[in-house]
Amino acid sequence: MHPSTVPAPAQDEYLLSLENVSKFFGNVVALNGVTLRLRRGEVHCLLGDNGAGKSTLIKTLAGVHQPSKGEYSVDGKPVHFRSPKEALDLGIATVYQDLALVPLMSVARNFFLGREPMRRLFGLLPVMDIPTAASVAKQKLADMGIVVRDPSQPIGNMSGGEKQCLAIARAIHFGARVLILDEPTAALGVKQSANVLKLIRTARDRGISIVFITHNANHAYPVGDSFTLLNRGRSLGTFTKETITKGELLDLMAGGEEMQQLVAELEGVAA
Amino acid sequence: MNPTQAEGGPARFRATPSSVPEASLPAVQTQVADNATIATRDERLRQGSFLGSFLHRPEFAAVSGAILVFVLFGITAGNSGMFQPDGIINWMQVASYLGIIAVGACLLMIAGEFDLSLGSMIGFAGMMVALPAVYYHWPLWAAILFAFAGSMILGGLNGYLVLSTKLPSFIVTLASLFILRGLTLALSVRFANRTVISGVGELVEKDWLARTFFQGVVGGGLFHRMAQHGWITALSNGDPLVAGVPKVVIWWFALAAVGSLVLARSRFGNWIFAAGGDANAARNVGVPVRGVKISLFVFTAFCACAFAVLQVCDIGSASADRGLQKEFEAIIAAVIGGCLLTGGYGSVIGACCGALIFGVVQIGITYTNVSSDWFRVFLGGMLLVAVLFNNFVRQRLSQAR
Repeated sequence: MHPSTVPAPAQDEYLLSLENVSKFFGNVVALNGVTLRLRRGEVHCLLGDNGAGKSTLIKTLAGVHQPSKGEYSVDGKPVHFRSPKEALDLGIATVYQDLALVPLMSVARNFFLGREPMRRLFGLLPVMDIPTAASVAKQKLADMGIVVRDPSQPIGNMSGGEKQCLAIARAIHFGARVLILDEPTAALGVKQSANVLKLIRTARDRGISIVFITHNANHAYPVGDSFTLLNRGRSLGTFTKETITKGELLDLMAGGEEMQQLVAELEGVAA
Repeated sequence: MNPTQAEGGPARFRATPSSVPEASLPAVQTQVADNATIATRDERLRQGSFLGSFLHRPEFAAVSGAILVFVLFGITAGNSGMFQPDGIINWMQVASYLGIIAVGACLLMIAGEFDLSLGSMIGFAGMMVALPAVYYHWPLWAAILFAFAGSMILGGLNGYLVLSTKLPSFIVTLASLFILRGLTLALSVRFANRTVISGVGELVEKDWLARTFFQGVVGGGLFHRMAQHGWITALSNGDPLVAGVPKVVIWWFALAAVGSLVLARSRFGNWIFAAGGDANAARNVGVPVRGVKISLFVFTAFCACAFAVLQVCDIGSASADRGLQKEFEAIIAAVIGGCLLTGGYGSVIGACCGALIFGVVQIGITYTNVSSDWFRVFLGGMLLVAVLFNNFVRQRLSQAR
């Protein structure tokens, strides 16, 4: 069922791989025999409409869910994550749609949430090193092209795109080898989406592998190296950029001529 | 409320003193920069000051409220003895008892939960001290340790129930409010056939733990000398009218210091904010939200027990109706202190100022010509103003662009 457009290479060419993974929630089949292989240093787009199983798949990758069937391997070795922390320890970082940011907390505190830099007060009491947190957060965001005036400002004041970039910068700073981005452009305007897409390229150029989840093929195609399509819990296959055009991608995603027609109509309006 | 906040929206970015150099650009340039590119937005940083940054802190309202209350009573009751040592001890004692539980309630509230059983816990913990000590002749220290252990287990149980049922803590602890109050009454009648158990007073004198940590005053020698020098009012036999600083005050200060240090500077404190601000987000980055919340339920129960033990040792008796409505007073203190009811924001210092306001007004009103019946009216009004102010603060902080 898996049209292997990619020839099967040596095991550890893949950083992550899910082989025939299924996930059941009671009687609900959320994932049904899905295979996903992430090469080193690629941007792998995971496309699918709402309810296709994208969220379940990334939560499986992130260690939130365990596969009911099938195998999950990292660096060619099978893994059984019991918590997201274990995935994180292997350098698999997930940037969720809701970003895992706390709006009332400051930029610096959010950046280091869960991994606070510590120092000893009077050489004795372990306390958070807030000045270091602030300067590192500011620096790392500046590297991503986000200028934060005051790292002690609450994050609720930032724009959606800035928050997205903060979450990505945070993941990279903490040694992510794999970034799983859950619909990072879903809630953003055109310009902010473009910024995030640029950031994805920047991250890839630094050697970070990326799983980019989206339902927007127009966002996926320019940055993606390979594409896996999900539909109702099943994989429609993985395609490299050379083997598929944007049009074909859109067709596959919509899963019907009706959508193609709609797209044609819309393009007609735009032209 | 104040000029900086009255400007509303544009005040999004506040400056710390360290960033003032960037901010002190000429106004003309600032206007030009508004139209400039994203990369050079630093010019849009508003000029801030030390005062300015204080205005944005959660304890701002409570600290200024406390100052206001002091000024108010300084004018209306300044020469009535309210600010004499004995008067100060009077309202400090009220503030300290409330302050002890306010520290616990405040931390729990910042973590996004309530404990309405706090008041009942005070009554129950008092009985856990008095019943075994008076009727079963346990050594008092053992009874006190038993009470602490028992309360903390009950607090943990509260937390466990809230976290595993995922029900609002409001409902779960409302149930334990009634269960514990009922148990206190039923068990004291069952074991002692009465609801007030006296006779702890004599035991306290002979018990090292109670004497050292819970009963009496600190700094007795110092106060004695001050009385001999005539610096403070002395009785006819030369003893000072005020024997020292009551231990409850020390407890309050110690808990407040530990609480605010933990909240502001420790990793655990960061987790408290995160657990209350957005539990899901916190979980996603690996914060043990469940553990944080349960341990704060335990800590709140510890505070309630400390309140109870101090009270029992001071008064010499336990009673089934002790701590009635204290849960509300603690929450009021925390809210006046700037805690958001939704969690994720607040300060221990603020909650302590809330407790101080409470103590000063409750006792201070008796020094004025105003009938003390008005105390609750004032308190309710104060709470309403605080909630409105906090709500305004939250909207300002979490507004998205």
